[in-house]
Amino acid sequence: MDKVNTQTLLKKGAEASLFLKSWHGRKVIVKARLPKRYRTAELDAKIRSYRTAHEPQLMHEAKRAGVPTPTIFLVDLKNSAITMEFVEGKQVKQVLPHLPRKEQQEMCARIGVLIGKLHRHGVVHGDLTTSNMILAGGGKIFLVDFGLGEKNVEVEARGVDLHLMKRALQSTHYRFAEDCFKHVLEGYTSVLGMEDAGKVFEKIREIERRGRYVDKRKQA
Amino acid sequence: MKTEKQLCLGVESTADDFGVGIATFKGEILANASSGYVPEEGGIHPREAARHHAENADKVLAEALSTAGVKPKDLSLISFAQGPGLGPCLRTGATVARALASYLNTPLVGVNHSIAHIEIGKLETGAADPVTLYVSGGNTLVSAFEAARYRIFGETLDIALGNCLDVFAREAGLKHKKGLPLGAAVEKLAAEGKKLIPLPYVVKGMDISLSGLLTAATILLHKGEHRLEDLCYSLQEHAFSMVTEVTERALAHTEKREVLLTGGVAANRRLQEMLGVIAEEHEAKFNVVPRQFATDNGAMIAWTGVLAYTHGLVTPVEKSFVKLRWRIEKVDVPWIK
Repeated sequence: MDKVNTQTLLKKGAEASLFLKSWHGRKVIVKARLPKRYRTAELDAKIRSYRTAHEPQLMHEAKRAGVPTPTIFLVDLKNSAITMEFVEGKQVKQVLPHLPRKEQQEMCARIGVLIGKLHRHGVVHGDLTTSNMILAGGGKIFLVDFGLGEKNVEVEARGVDLHLMKRALQSTHYRFAEDCFKHVLEGYTSVLGMEDAGKVFEKIREIERRGRYVDKRKQA
Repeated sequence: MKTEKQLCLGVESTADDFGVGIATFKGEILANASSGYVPEEGGIHPREAARHHAENADKVLAEALSTAGVKPKDLSLISFAQGPGLGPCLRTGATVARALASYLNTPLVGVNHSIAHIEIGKLETGAADPVTLYVSGGNTLVSAFEAARYRIFGETLDIALGNCLDVFAREAGLKHKKGLPLGAAVEKLAAEGKKLIPLPYVVKGMDISLSGLLTAATILLHKGEHRLEDLCYSLQEHAFSMVTEVTERALAHTEKREVLLTGGVAANRRLQEMLGVIAEEHEAKFNVVPRQFATDNGAMIAWTGVLAYTHGLVTPVEKSFVKLRWRIEKVDVPWIK
């Protein structure tokens, strides 16, 4: 990596742009929440600075829960930018479809374990998709993008978190979503135990029934 | 067929509007007549709305036929909104459609109301494969076509955007004007708003939640410490930013090149402006359904009926029961490759 302070745009997401940069001799990611022109400036500033301050705290909490996340180096609230470790690897979204069924299931179970550890520690991720999971060189799975997460131990929050994971699997990996989610839940149960996990699963069913125009929805 | 121009008549009656549209098989809309049920007070009472539909069906039908300049025997297909929606309202429309199809001896096809909103938007704007934000009194969802179906990328976890605006408007004592939804009254007041009042902003993954926002805005309204204009402005800014944020996420995720805004709330200029910005930033073309096809209408049902029928779908009368809950992911759309 050259020493010049240049940066390359890695990804222009909807919520933030990711730049790859050299910083004190390391490769780092700068996650910048750029102003959103569609939002009125006042609201935009509030949302961006809130998420920027919040995200590193949750990533740190996740680490304490035993869930790999990139190390934070710098938080720049004024510019809504976070400088963090660059994790070399691939998005689980890219890897998962190409694995043999057995390995797919194992990976999903490992993801379930990570979510379980997070929840047991009182953190919900808020945006569990396979794009927000990075399979690093050594085989470790890192969770990223905690911008919509929160510290919350309620069954409702946990249920919504897992429900989002299910929805993300259905829209991105619809061909094997069901099987994948089943293994995610197995991994999850292995951490939280049958009793606590069971409560969350019941909540997921309730959340699904709440959805609009769902067949299983109960008549009020 | 009997005539050189094949025609489909579509019946819409999922909620407060009873609409009849007539479309040619080539996608020309010849008529789009409708009659709206306006409650004395409060929201839509399903049975009262259904009674309105039954009482006005003949008038609306006659108007559509006369505008299009066609006779009933010229029709080659009858379509109707089979769901999702309010039971009594849906059943009234379905009854009208079944009667017409059996009397005229034409095929019958039931279509999904939400998909019809997307299809009329595509027809009228020329969009081919958009990320769609569909916002109305009953629905708030972000959808795009992927793997043989319209998939839902994000949606409201509780109430719909139009519902949120309507309920707030009623709490504020705003009245229904003929032909104008209550949301239009909120839009007008919001344009005079200057101060942004902090309200809940709830995005969960790709989904949003609006009920807390509505409650918070209503509490502030009844405290009477803020100008109504500022409250309307703040309510719109928060709610519209939320739906725009999730639409942008779907756009970034799917990398589609078109954005379509459809449904009743699509008529709101501030929302149009916000979506226009994200489309531009992602180099996508921005499309808004024309105002006359934004709210519930018969034309969209007629056109979607054409699409379905010309791709092999028919609904035999014995299978034409209404589907109050019918998510768009469950619907076959053989007309899209």
